[in-house]
Amino acid sequence: MNTDKPLVLGIETSCDETGVGIVRGTELLANTIASSMDEHARFGGVVPEVAARAHLEALTPTIEQALETAGIALADVDAIAVTSGPGLAGALMVGVGAAKALAVALDKPFYAVNHLVGHVGADLLRDDEGDLELPTIALLVSGGHTSLLHVRSLTDDVELLGETIDDAAGEAFDKVARLLGLPYPGGPHIDRAAASGDPAAVRFPRGLTLPKDLEKHRYDFSFSGLKTAVARHVERMRDDGIEVPVADIAASFREAVADVLTKKAIAACVDLGVPRLLLGGGVVANARVRELAAERAAAAGVSLRIPPLSLCTDNGAMIAAIAAQRIMAGHGPSPLDVAADSTLPVTTVQV
Amino acid sequence: MLLAIDTSAGTAVAAVAADGRVLSRRATPDTRRHAEVIGPFLDEVLAEATDAAPDEGLDGVVAGIGPGPFTGLRVGIAAARAVAIARSVPLLPVPSHDAVALELVEGGVAAGRFCVVTDARRREVAVTEYAAALPVPTVVVPARLELRVGFAPDAGVALYEVAEIPAVHLAHVAAARLAAGIAFPTPQPLYLRAPDVTMPTGAKRVTS
Ligand SMILES: [Zn+2]
Repeated sequence: MNTDKPLVLGIETSCDETGVGIVRGTELLANTIASSMDEHARFGGVVPEVAARAHLEALTPTIEQALETAGIALADVDAIAVTSGPGLAGALMVGVGAAKALAVALDKPFYAVNHLVGHVGADLLRDDEGDLELPTIALLVSGGHTSLLHVRSLTDDVELLGETIDDAAGEAFDKVARLLGLPYPGGPHIDRAAASGDPAAVRFPRGLTLPKDLEKHRYDFSFSGLKTAVARHVERMRDDGIEVPVADIAASFREAVADVLTKKAIAACVDLGVPRLLLGGGVVANARVRELAAERAAAAGVSLRIPPLSLCTDNGAMIAAIAAQRIMAGHGPSPLDVAADSTLPVTTVQV
Repeated sequence: MLLAIDTSAGTAVAAVAADGRVLSRRATPDTRRHAEVIGPFLDEVLAEATDAAPDEGLDGVVAGIGPGPFTGLRVGIAAARAVAIARSVPLLPVPSHDAVALELVEGGVAAGRFCVVTDARRREVAVTEYAAALPVPTVVVPARLELRVGFAPDAGVALYEVAEIPAVHLAHVAAARLAAGIAFPTPQPLYLRAPDVTMPTGAKRVTS
């Protein structure tokens, strides 16, 4: 096998995006994504069984499209990579089953890797900035996860500093959007509504930021209290016959989320003496999160990296990138009997 | 050579030569580990089949399309589709019950009309009714769900409930269809059940 710049095909099916990426070392050749988002819209959130069914239907066409984009044949690849966790169990299994079969049928090594580490590895595929420097703090936020990582090595040294203890931040956006009568997915709609609102109109609670919470949950997040506070506020206004100022509520809610996310991320950089912060996950599409992160990073002397959105949302290229890193570092393949692990810890870069 | 894969009950993989000879097979009734065992099963079956018949190329991949519990069922279909594109060979979808029906008729166990029954969880069973025939049994009533308690086929219709799908016979069904020029169904799984979803009922109040 080519271990210098391995040609890797990566498959990602942990949530509602069927992603197939092809990389050569750190060079991005294809990043093809089929999303089942529209099918979840009328349910107001990702329905696991609907997502899993969509993965099965989308997977082989997405693989074929990625191969065409990259201009290679399946037989050319050096290795097959897949997300084995964390994520939705039934969705992960579609990718794992297909990836194992591809690897066996092609007689190529099989690499089962961690989705969250993949989000960090996505940065390696950029061609618009200098190289990723390590160690770095990484804040990964999407509809499925809200995690703060300390990344010392992309191949074997990643530590979970904190994560959400209830809802993912993206879920909170979806729920508050529904409360305000905005469509799914909540993130972009709240962002749009918030643009003309006053972020200081309502001071919504910042979860796990009080001194007593910080002792135990310095880097953890909580969004369910915030969501309830927004609901309470809106209900009171409706009960009193006051028209709900959607723009102000959206802006105030978004401010609370952006505030707590960036405050804890920068705190980790300062506490651990790591002057680098990387953002990943679909939430980087959120204008206020990006803006506040940039402001606070600059104030703290922290350099901020935000990969382009197409590499931040769930994708197969980041999975291929992590496998390529493992191959280049001399690590062998994963056993063919690995399971899909919906709670795979971030310390396990490759199973 | 045909490679057959079924994960509608346990996991079953088999390689069958063009002359019908079984080259290799693996099976487990375990209904919880499809995504794990599919890798080693495929690896071992393909390796053994190549050793047993070095001159036989792969002519197609037979996918058992269920009925069966969703999560497991998809693993085998995803794997079959992947092998088919990896080796550039046709995907041959076969209802999983057809394999059981053929085994019963070939073995002289079933005659006349009969039902193949598999567990569908949630106190239901999946049922397909056949009329004994060769080279492939005739489907009289396609796969459907029935409540387990109280389900009884029509008078004179025998009932056979199985916990495993024979991958070898899945391959035999595909070979017979190919030989007789009988069309294959689409490669979509026979879920027989809509996904569980809870429709949002408008926002629930948090204050009373
Ligand atoms: Zn993700």
